[in-house]
Amino acid sequence: MIDLLLGAGPLAALFKVAVVLGVLMTVVGNMVLVERKVAGWMQDRVGPNRAGPWGLLQPLADGIKFIFKEEIVPQAANKAIYIMAPILALTAALTTFAVVPFSDRLVVLGREVAPIIADLDIGILWIFAVASLGVYGIVLAGWSSNSKYAMMGGLRSSAQMISYELSMSLSVVGILMVTGSLRLADIAGHQADTVWNIVAQPIGFLVFMTAAFAETNRLPFDLAEAEPELVAGYHTEYSSMKFLLFYMAEYAHIILASSLMVLLFCGGWHLPFVDGMLATTSPGFAGLIHLGIFCLKVSFFLFLYIWVRWTLPRFRYDQLMRLGWKVMLPLALLNVAWTAALILWGIA
Amino acid sequence: MSARELVFWADAIVAVMSAGVVVLHRNAVVCALALVMNLCSIAVFFLLLDAAFLFAVQVILYAGAIMVLFLFVVMLLDPEGQGLAGRVGRIQLTLTVAGASLLLVGMARALPSAVADTGILPEGFGGVAGVGRLLFTDYLFPFELASILLLVAMIGAIHMGKKEVER
Amino acid sequence: MIPFSSVLIVSAVLFAMGLVGVLTRRSALVIFMSVELMLNAATLVFVGASRALGTMDGQLFAFFVMTVAAAEAAVGLAIVIALFRRRRTTDMDHVSLLKW
Repeated sequence: MIDLLLGAGPLAALFKVAVVLGVLMTVVGNMVLVERKVAGWMQDRVGPNRAGPWGLLQPLADGIKFIFKEEIVPQAANKAIYIMAPILALTAALTTFAVVPFSDRLVVLGREVAPIIADLDIGILWIFAVASLGVYGIVLAGWSSNSKYAMMGGLRSSAQMISYELSMSLSVVGILMVTGSLRLADIAGHQADTVWNIVAQPIGFLVFMTAAFAETNRLPFDLAEAEPELVAGYHTEYSSMKFLLFYMAEYAHIILASSLMVLLFCGGWHLPFVDGMLATTSPGFAGLIHLGIFCLKVSFFLFLYIWVRWTLPRFRYDQLMRLGWKVMLPLALLNVAWTAALILWGIA
Repeated sequence: MSARELVFWADAIVAVMSAGVVVLHRNAVVCALALVMNLCSIAVFFLLLDAAFLFAVQVILYAGAIMVLFLFVVMLLDPEGQGLAGRVGRIQLTLTVAGASLLLVGMARALPSAVADTGILPEGFGGVAGVGRLLFTDYLFPFELASILLLVAMIGAIHMGKKEVER
Repeated sequence: MIPFSSVLIVSAVLFAMGLVGVLTRRSALVIFMSVELMLNAATLVFVGASRALGTMDGQLFAFFVMTVAAAEAAVGLAIVIALFRRRRTTDMDHVSLLKW
């Protein structure tokens, strides 16, 4: 039984998927609470604290509330597409986690388990591919709601996403050139041998972080779904479970972007002094410590997302597009050229 | 039948059915979405044929960018679609299906002389390194031409998309 | 191991369906989509042949086909939009001024 679940067959893969999904959805649910709490502290007030001690049962309360709300479908909406859009958005957001490695190696119950669901050779390209399919969820949601605000919000959101997808992919090319592999585990492992990529590729990190904020439709780039601007953008007409799916898709995207920033730029599961200490312990223990370090770093970036949201003002839509095409894209291209030059001269 | 062939034929059914929706459905938005599904199933074909890089490029580029463009234009111009052309269309449809079937039969007769499979593949087949190496050595000229083509297309599309200036 | 003849059959069926779409539909955009369908069927043959022969040239060709398809989609859609601005319709039966 244990062999089936932890071995190499399809059942083991499904089990891994179930575990990763479970952990992800838990984190997504708790991020709702963390966001509100941190927002409260930044605004000099206490966040939600009624549901359970320190508001810890708030996600549960929110979930129950969402389940009991009435399911509304606008009358003139295209019903099939209207229902399919949030499903597509969440599916795309969650499928990207198939190639994210959580540690360098895991030893569970004496068996070596790969800490990644699918170790594809094309690694990071899978994430870009599936994330670009997530745009459809948004544009279809906006269109099928048959409402002006939703349509405008959907079009703006999707135009923003495809614009920043370009800069995001290009900013990673510099790292790929230095590492020579598309697999995220290789990129994270490479940083353990040399410096972290945040030091080696600062422009790349800047562009990637900006593009990640724009891709996930988070402040300062959330014009398309901000309340004072467009009611709620593409999810104006959505209520209860369908809205919850969009909400969860957004947080799953945020977790993905944070994981990518950690793996690509901040050394993944590597901390300089810790690795020396772990050289003498068993590989299973080292793997678990690495997993913990990874989770800590991702948590820091999640906090960064929330911090930026409640600190910075919002970009206007034309400023946003101008930034994406006239600043981020040239910067990313320059970064590629500069990295290529450095490699040619034998420095990097 | 191996697992790979099973997935291949299942994917073939998805591809053919979504192609049917593209060709026959009335609503142009549904056609566009069916084409996205078709492109994704072709991407899966690429994956089954050991072309992993092409799988990624097909989804990122074709299904994720070109079709989004299509969808924008369809939503703005032609949300309802017009379906097949009227009564004359029925004759058109029958004749076309007959012609396409003839084409299929002709292709089927060419099958026995089709290329035989070699079976063994070199290391790293279908990966980025192989594509990149070929792209910058044997196929450098088409590569540069393609970039000029894209530039020309960009200029043309921007020029034609601009609003006409009122005299 | 997928035999090349299976790839050819599927690709031929998809190509034929795309052909039917181009010849029978009225909406310019759906005609365009059928053309993309035909292009993809041809790309599939390229990739299948590349695998059967064991060389990467077919995949390179598929790459170029995708590039050309992207350029063609951009320009084609710009033309359709320009046409729509003039005629307020995407119905190809109404755009038949050049017919004798």
